[in-house]
Amino acid sequence: MKAVLPVFVVIAAIVVLWYGAAVWMNAAWVRDQAARAGETPGLAQIVPQTLNQERPVLPTPHQVAAELWKGVAGQAVTSKRSLVYHGWITLSATLLGFVIGTGAGILLAIGIVHNRAMDLSVMPWAIASQTIPILAIAPMIIVVLNSVGVTGIVPKAIISAYLSFFPVVVGMVKGLRAPDAMQLDLLRTYGASQRQTFAKLRMPASVPYLFASLKVGVAAALVGAIVGELPTGAVAGLGARLLSGSYYGQTVQIWAALFAAALLAASLVALIGLAERLTLRRMGMGR
Amino acid sequence: MKDTARPAEPAIEARSLGLTFQTADGPVHALRDVTLTIGRGDFVSFIGPSGCGKTTFLRSVAALEHPTEGSLTVNGMAPDAARLARAFGYVFQAAGLYPWRTIAGNIRLPLEIMGFPRAEQDERVARVLDLVELGGFGTKFPWQLSGGMQQRASIARALAFDADILLMDEPFGALDEIVRDRLNEELLNLWSRTGKTIGFVTHSIPEAVYLSTRIVVMSPRPGRITDVIDSPLPRERPLGIRDTPEFLAISQRVREGLRAGHSYDV
Repeated sequence: MKAVLPVFVVIAAIVVLWYGAAVWMNAAWVRDQAARAGETPGLAQIVPQTLNQERPVLPTPHQVAAELWKGVAGQAVTSKRSLVYHGWITLSATLLGFVIGTGAGILLAIGIVHNRAMDLSVMPWAIASQTIPILAIAPMIIVVLNSVGVTGIVPKAIISAYLSFFPVVVGMVKGLRAPDAMQLDLLRTYGASQRQTFAKLRMPASVPYLFASLKVGVAAALVGAIVGELPTGAVAGLGARLLSGSYYGQTVQIWAALFAAALLAASLVALIGLAERLTLRRMGMGR
Repeated sequence: MKDTARPAEPAIEARSLGLTFQTADGPVHALRDVTLTIGRGDFVSFIGPSGCGKTTFLRSVAALEHPTEGSLTVNGMAPDAARLARAFGYVFQAAGLYPWRTIAGNIRLPLEIMGFPRAEQDERVARVLDLVELGGFGTKFPWQLSGGMQQRASIARALAFDADILLMDEPFGALDEIVRDRLNEELLNLWSRTGKTIGFVTHSIPEAVYLSTRIVVMSPRPGRITDVIDSPLPRERPLGIRDTPEFLAISQRVREGLRAGHSYDV
């Protein structure tokens, strides 16, 4: 609870800076309008006109908050203007992709740890896969899958999975290799099989690493889902809100969608943090 | 080797044992020409500076290393076969308890792997917990126990499946001297109650002399035996025995053995 004051101070500072920047950036439009009308407004006239523009360069915090509120609570959740509707579209693709990515990541990590050929061959490809800009590859995945009749949530989920498997592979390889030589020797003196070594030692030892990876992975999955919504022509989802906002110069809408995405990511990471605490406490590793 | 008054089959028998590691800098002779017989019920300590092969020898007995020359039998079997026959329990320098298992869960680990029935697991866990005086601590997690108690739990884990040989690799090396004294006493107690054969690696002369019926003095480069001392001390040993002339005489002989092997040359 001691953290409340510093956090509040930081948030207040951000809001103040934001208002300052909004006034500064949106003032140009006010001056343009005034110049056309042959007026030269003073600061006192400019400032109020920068705070509630319809298409500001930088929307003010209260505009974004109002748009967010309108998007979440202002309409039926089935409405195309509801952020809950678009958020759910994105979230469902994120979760599906996250599950696929996590599963693939864990399986790859198990293979890498147990098979030397996979160790040498898979990791470079996994790293290479993440050096390709996702914006470049996402449209191709959508197009290719569309041509074989796979549409809807799955192509977006695959892009999510593409981004989220990587942190899971890296974390799980490290986690499954976390047991030291002594612990492995101990199991050898019991004549434990590879399967038993995996189940009794490697897997439980990797759990803390898994959760660290999942937090990174779920945020990456959300980015993947949003990116996956861009090339589909802005049909639905937070990505679509971002794209249509930029088509029509609706900066307030863009910012509201951005904040909705950020809040979504933060809640997903927080949920995984909660699962982590509960799991580790149950395993006796939480203090 | 004096093999008088010992049962026909020794617990551990090494003949001209050698082990050479091939490294980038050429071969390293971890063990050379080690011949040693350990009888049933013996408490044998291996002492020497690091690199003398004492740990390598113990690991060879446990089939964690594979000697390149000579022969080695454990209960009359090859080490790999002896492991499958659950002939030995191994205690490492670190307790190495799993943080996600309770103390009882940790002791249960070898029993699960070896496939003991659940009821027998419970019964054995309870018995060895009492044996190392940790009764009542079964439901605690390792971090709730002191270092000395954790090491006792790891000894219990090695005892749980009733191997008749206990191999201990500097088990008390990381503990402070007061805790170490106490555990040494307890270990002797446990040894006299269970009649196990114990192979014990240490670099402490008082520990080796206090615990052992035989002390094997080893030297490095190449790892070899320089002296084997049969202790004249009685089996019943209070801590105060360490101030007796007999004790000091054995300590002196161990030191001479180490010196003869150039163990003090740095």
